[in-house]
Amino acid sequence: MTDPNSTLSPLELESHDKTYLDANELVINMGPQHPATHGVLRVILRLDGEKVLGLECVIGYLHRGVEKIGEHRTYTMFNPYVDRMDYVAAVSNGLGYCETVEKLLNVEAPPRAQHVRVILTELNRIASHQLWLGTHALDIGAITPLFYTFRDREEILKIYEKYCGARLTTHAFRIGGLQYETYTGFEKEVKNFLTFFRPKIDEYEELLTTNRIWVERTKKVGTISAKDCIALGVTGPVLRASGVKWDLRKAQPYSCYKNFDFEIPTGENGDTYDRYLVRMAEMRQSVHIIQQAVDALPEGPIMAKVPKVMKPAAGEVYHSIEAPKGELGYFIVSDGSTQPYRMRVRPPSFVNLQALDVMCRGQLVADVIAVIGTLDIVLGEVDR
Amino acid sequence: MIAKLKGNYGSGLEALTYAGQNYMVVDRSLIPEILQVLRNEEEFDYCVDITAVHYPAREKQFDVVWVLYSFPRNERIRVKTQILDGASLPSSVPVWPGANWLEREVFDMFGIKFDGHPDMKRILLPDGWKGHPLRKDYGILQQDNEWVQINLGIESGQ
Repeated sequence: MTDPNSTLSPLELESHDKTYLDANELVINMGPQHPATHGVLRVILRLDGEKVLGLECVIGYLHRGVEKIGEHRTYTMFNPYVDRMDYVAAVSNGLGYCETVEKLLNVEAPPRAQHVRVILTELNRIASHQLWLGTHALDIGAITPLFYTFRDREEILKIYEKYCGARLTTHAFRIGGLQYETYTGFEKEVKNFLTFFRPKIDEYEELLTTNRIWVERTKKVGTISAKDCIALGVTGPVLRASGVKWDLRKAQPYSCYKNFDFEIPTGENGDTYDRYLVRMAEMRQSVHIIQQAVDALPEGPIMAKVPKVMKPAAGEVYHSIEAPKGELGYFIVSDGSTQPYRMRVRPPSFVNLQALDVMCRGQLVADVIAVIGTLDIVLGEVDR
Repeated sequence: MIAKLKGNYGSGLEALTYAGQNYMVVDRSLIPEILQVLRNEEEFDYCVDITAVHYPAREKQFDVVWVLYSFPRNERIRVKTQILDGASLPSSVPVWPGANWLEREVFDMFGIKFDGHPDMKRILLPDGWKGHPLRKDYGILQQDNEWVQINLGIESGQ
């Protein structure tokens, strides 16, 4: 006997009578196993023919209890767990966590460490957006970009592998700085990657931006207004594509982003096409930031003076960074011992997924797939 | 802003700073009002996070924390309140629609109910699960064995 379906939440429907089984209404389950849901996400769709009247997301299939585990590990021991949440862009998770604990300990990573952190984090942003582009185009039906974007992602993962030994769950940063010095040839390889990658963004834009099928499938799909985005707490490229020019790297700068000069791309309409353009522009900006960071890489120590046994003073801190998906925040409560008392992770994908209902009302079923892709969610982060 | 709020609410509100971050500890009785004032008058239009911390040794066992951010002011603030075990709080969903899933997660993990929430049910754990994992009296390896046996057909999840 299996768990009965949870009762559907009361949605504002445009159907005449609000009974559970309406002859005009079809309830379809887009189950946890589905090629286009980017992980184990279950979406219960209420359809009128092919038009979506409302939907409900059921999540929790990938819940691993990371927050509970955090209470039973020391700060250093918890560092690798953090990568596994947003496993597509593991380096940013590490950056957010290390910076939050550094705030608790009241230390600051030395300049060289901060520059290398920025280089790796921006490479991570490019890698995440590349994966997004490949899978999003694949969901909509354009199969070719997938292979090209994964090839570019390979180049970045090769750099990660040479730097810290791992491609995906990198554990690249340590509390207080970095553990590994950059390998010989790091700067040259990063610069080679940038020269290799710059024309590639233009290539992908040429394939998709003015492509008639792409435009037809993404314009006016999944529109969300700036007011709705702010009210729902949506951040990241989704918010920027709706017209709000806000990026945590500029609004509440962290690490050494103050030293670099970059723009914040925004969109106008808040539809899928604008989100695509915003992410492409963000990749260009990331290339620009990495170029500046590599050119300005200072010499010096890579680790601040941090005690071996970390016992931050009792207190609480909330710190967030601009992850590729949105605002990734950590709220850590310390009680003065070696283990955190409460380790809360504020995942961008979890809060962004709330907007799926609003974005899909009145759209067709095929558009739901496009919208899930454009929200760029990673279930590891949604469920933790 | 703090001065104005303190002026209005006097002893129910305490404003503190730690590690350069401002936060307020408010009385449970002030809760729906303070959040609405922060949203409507002080322009904290973005509810970043809602979470809770469990202190079993204290009389008021739960600390519920709202992290708010204001786009016009570029300012972040935390609002904290302390409630008893079994007490419930008014929902912030009318103030910030984005609080919907955040409150559901607090209910799922801690058992704190929010009155007036449109859809108060578990979000991350299965619907029939018993127990609220992030409480300190829930073991790290503990699972709801009954649910596992009925639904997965195995003895235990361990």
